[in-house]
Amino acid sequence: MKLIRMKYTKWFNIMRDGISRQNPVAVAVLGICSSLAVTNKVENAIAMGLGVTFVVMISSATVAAFRKVIPNKVRMITYMVIISTYTIGVQLFLAAYFPEISKALGAYVGLIITNCIVMGRAEAFGIKNPVRYSLIDGFASGMGYMLVLILVSTIREVLAFGTWLNIQVMPASFPTWTVMALAPGGFFVIGLFIWGIRELIGYYEA
Amino acid sequence: MNLLDLAISSILNNNIALTFILGMCPLIAISTNVKNATGMGLAVVFVVTLTGIINYPIYLLLKATGTTNLSLLVFIITIAATVQVLEIFVDKYLPKLYNSFGIYLPLITVNCIVLAVSLFFVNRSYSFAETAVFSFASSVGWMLAIILVAGVREKMAVNSDVPRGLGGKGIVFLVLGILSLAFLGFTGLSF
Repeated sequence: MKLIRMKYTKWFNIMRDGISRQNPVAVAVLGICSSLAVTNKVENAIAMGLGVTFVVMISSATVAAFRKVIPNKVRMITYMVIISTYTIGVQLFLAAYFPEISKALGAYVGLIITNCIVMGRAEAFGIKNPVRYSLIDGFASGMGYMLVLILVSTIREVLAFGTWLNIQVMPASFPTWTVMALAPGGFFVIGLFIWGIRELIGYYEA
Repeated sequence: MNLLDLAISSILNNNIALTFILGMCPLIAISTNVKNATGMGLAVVFVVTLTGIINYPIYLLLKATGTTNLSLLVFIITIAATVQVLEIFVDKYLPKLYNSFGIYLPLITVNCIVLAVSLFFVNRSYSFAETAVFSFASSVGWMLAIILVAGVREKMAVNSDVPRGLGGKGIVFLVLGILSLAFLGFTGLSF
């Protein structure tokens, strides 16, 4: 019984919107740079997805906690400072515990700051809602983002290297599609991906 | 590295939009027609070159004081401040210029190529001259990419039959994919 009623709770709705109906990448087309640039390997996609999820959740919550004291005029720069502080945290964490992933992601970890999803959630949700809902909203957006990243990187890694999370999945005779590891492959996969998702959920741009 | 070489490679074979996939949000949002794309492109060239040049001495200062961990925070504040000052300045003294690209200025703070250029010169340990050339050339490369995409989209809006689900932003990715394939052809180009 509880499961059915869950459908109507606020946090469930926020979750569902973030992951499907308002999926940041497929529907809102935000945060594209990093979702294309880091998705040639699944492990990079997971690291990036977790990093972004963490930053979205915690910065949106921080904005929510201070929403009554942040003056309207300087709110953008306040978000920037909050977001970049947490991003530095993620960067140092990756560099300390996962040096290889940190090297592979390079400057893109720093670019979490300019990932529109983070700023977008702070502006669209954090500034108007209490801390607990902002956390859930950030989590949902982050998960929606990570889901897309993992799917896209799965397609790209399998085709480009014949592996998934560095495990050989294709037969050794499989001719690898080098282009999938490069930028054009990313563009094509994400384009087709957006097409697929939009057909599935029936969202069309006029 | 030869400066001319660096400039050519940042515009063509290492195009910041088509090879490093940076600055996609504005590229997709503002590439509906060539006029707006050019305005945005010019604004980006202006801001990226300026912030590249400003961030370089700031980075040296951070390095001298051993606080390079804070470079992200410092860079982003510099960028936001530069954009703000520039907007006020252009609005006051160059009203004509402001009308043509002023509206794009505030959007640039969240354009990742501004921050990316600053992070790249740190990662690749460029000298000051290299940083200046690199900032200018990469932003010109970005402008080239947005104008090309806008040209294609302008034509496409009139005479092409795009599937429903791909309409609007979806198709832009396929256009970008093909463009980026074409730019792969520049690989190995040097003087």
